[in-house]
Amino acid sequence: MKRTSDTQQSRRTPLYQAHVDAQGKMVDFGDWEMPLNYGSQIEEHHQVRTDAGMFDVSHMTTVDFKGAQAKVFLQTLIANDVDKLKTEGKALYSCMLNESGGVVDDLIVYYINDEDYRMVINAGTTEKDIAWINAQAQGFDVSVEPQFDLAMIAVQGPNARAKVFEAMPGVEEVAGELKPFNAASLGGLFIARTGYTGEDGFEIMLPEKSAEFTWKMLLEAGVKPCGLGARDTLRLEAGMSLYGSEMNDEVSPLEATLTWTVDLTNEDRRFVGRDALEELKEKGVEMTIVGLVLEGKGVIRDHQKVVTSLGDGEVTSGTFSPTMGKAIALARVPMGTTGSCEIEMRNKMVSAKIVKPPFVRNGKVLV
Amino acid sequence: MSEVRDDRQYTETHEWILDNGDGTFTMGVTDHAQALLGDMVFVELPGEGDEASHEDEFCVVESVKAASGVYAPVDLEVVTANEALDDEPELLNSSCYDDGWLVKFKADNIEGLMSAEDYTDTLD
Repeated sequence: MKRTSDTQQSRRTPLYQAHVDAQGKMVDFGDWEMPLNYGSQIEEHHQVRTDAGMFDVSHMTTVDFKGAQAKVFLQTLIANDVDKLKTEGKALYSCMLNESGGVVDDLIVYYINDEDYRMVINAGTTEKDIAWINAQAQGFDVSVEPQFDLAMIAVQGPNARAKVFEAMPGVEEVAGELKPFNAASLGGLFIARTGYTGEDGFEIMLPEKSAEFTWKMLLEAGVKPCGLGARDTLRLEAGMSLYGSEMNDEVSPLEATLTWTVDLTNEDRRFVGRDALEELKEKGVEMTIVGLVLEGKGVIRDHQKVVTSLGDGEVTSGTFSPTMGKAIALARVPMGTTGSCEIEMRNKMVSAKIVKPPFVRNGKVLV
Repeated sequence: MSEVRDDRQYTETHEWILDNGDGTFTMGVTDHAQALLGDMVFVELPGEGDEASHEDEFCVVESVKAASGVYAPVDLEVVTANEALDDEPELLNSSCYDDGWLVKFKADNIEGLMSAEDYTDTLD
C-alpha cells in the first residue's frame, strides 16, 4: 500500500477514506495525506484527556528483526540495552545514533524472543532509517524486515482500554492484564500498552485489510477520531520529544533530556555513537531541553528565540496547551538554566517560566 | 464552502465590515479566515479611542496554528472592542459574523471595500 509507487504525489493509509468520511481536514505530512483535525483539534485534545480518542498512525513503520544475532545486533544499533528485555512483549524506548552521537531516529523496540524483535520507527525518517539499519547489519546474522503492510491505530485516553475491549472481540483476553510498556499478540494483531499522549491506552498494529473495519468498530464503541493537531498538543503536554524538533542527526540524547534512554553500564557494549557520547560527557554537555510556560497571552511557536541569563536558546516545540489554557513549549537552552527566561514573540520580549516537563500526565496538570 | 453574508463588505485580508447606520461600523474576520486558522485561543484587542490608519495591524487573533494580524480596513477610531473574546476566543470560530465580532469603529468613509459577491470570487 505505502511505498508501491514513486510517482504517487502523496501516500495514503488504509484509513484515508475513513478520514474523509469523518470530515477530516487532510494535510500533507511528510509525503503522507493525514488528518490535521476533524473539526476542532482542541475538542479532540480534551476527548483524549477525559475519555478516549484514536489516531491513525499507519504512516509509522514497523520493522521486524529476526535471526540468531538479532539481539547482539540491536545491542550495537541502539543506545538503550535490549538485554533489559526478558519477557515476551516487553517494550523499550531508545534512540539509534550515528557515529557522532546524533540521533538517527527515536524508536520503540519490542521483545519477542532473543532471535525476534519488533521495532517501530518514525514515518518521516523511514527511508533514512532502513538504509542506515541495513548498512549497520552487514556482517550480522540478522534479517531486517520492514512490515509495510501493517496499519497502526493508537487508542488513547482514560477509557481507551475499556473501549478497545468492547470494540475488538478477544483482545481483553490477551491484553486485559498487560502492564504499561508491554504488548501482546492475537492472530495478526499486535497490541501494545504504549502511546504518545500521556494517557493510558493502546497502540494496535494490524493487517491493513482489517484497519477500516476495526476503526468503525472503535467508532461504534464511542472512540472519537483525533488528528495530528491534537496528537502534537497531547505529546507536548506530556513532555515527550518529537524527532526533528527536540533531537535530530546533530543533537545527541544527552542534550535532549534523553540520557535515561542511553545505557552505558555494560562497558563491553560498544553501540554506534557510544564513543562520541562518552567524549561529550567528558567535555561537559552544554545544552538541554526545558519546559516553558507563558503566563500572559499569546502562543509560543517553534524556533522562537529564547534569552536566558546563561545565554540564548531556541523553542524546539511551542504550542497552546488546551488542558492548561496557556502557551507551553519545549526549548533548547544552556544547561543549568532555571527560573525564568524571555521569548522573542512577534518582535516583543515576553517572560516565561522554566519548568520540568511533563506539563500534564493522566489528565492532571503537573507544573 | 465558506459562508459569506450579503449584508456587509469585505477586505482582501478576510475582514468583514458591517455598516451600523449610525456612523459606526462593526468588523470581524470571515468564515473563510476562521476555518483556515483553526481553533482560536487568544485575541489581542485595541482599546477604546485607539486610532488606526488604513492597513495598520491593530488586532491580533491567535489560533492553535498561527498568529494573524487583523488590519484596519480604512482610517478609523475604535469605539469599542468585543471583550467577550477575552474569555471565549472560540466565538471567532463558532459565530464569526455575530457574537464573534472584533471591534466597532468610527470612520469618515469606508470606500474601497469589496462586495460580498466580489469577495466570494476571491475565494475560488
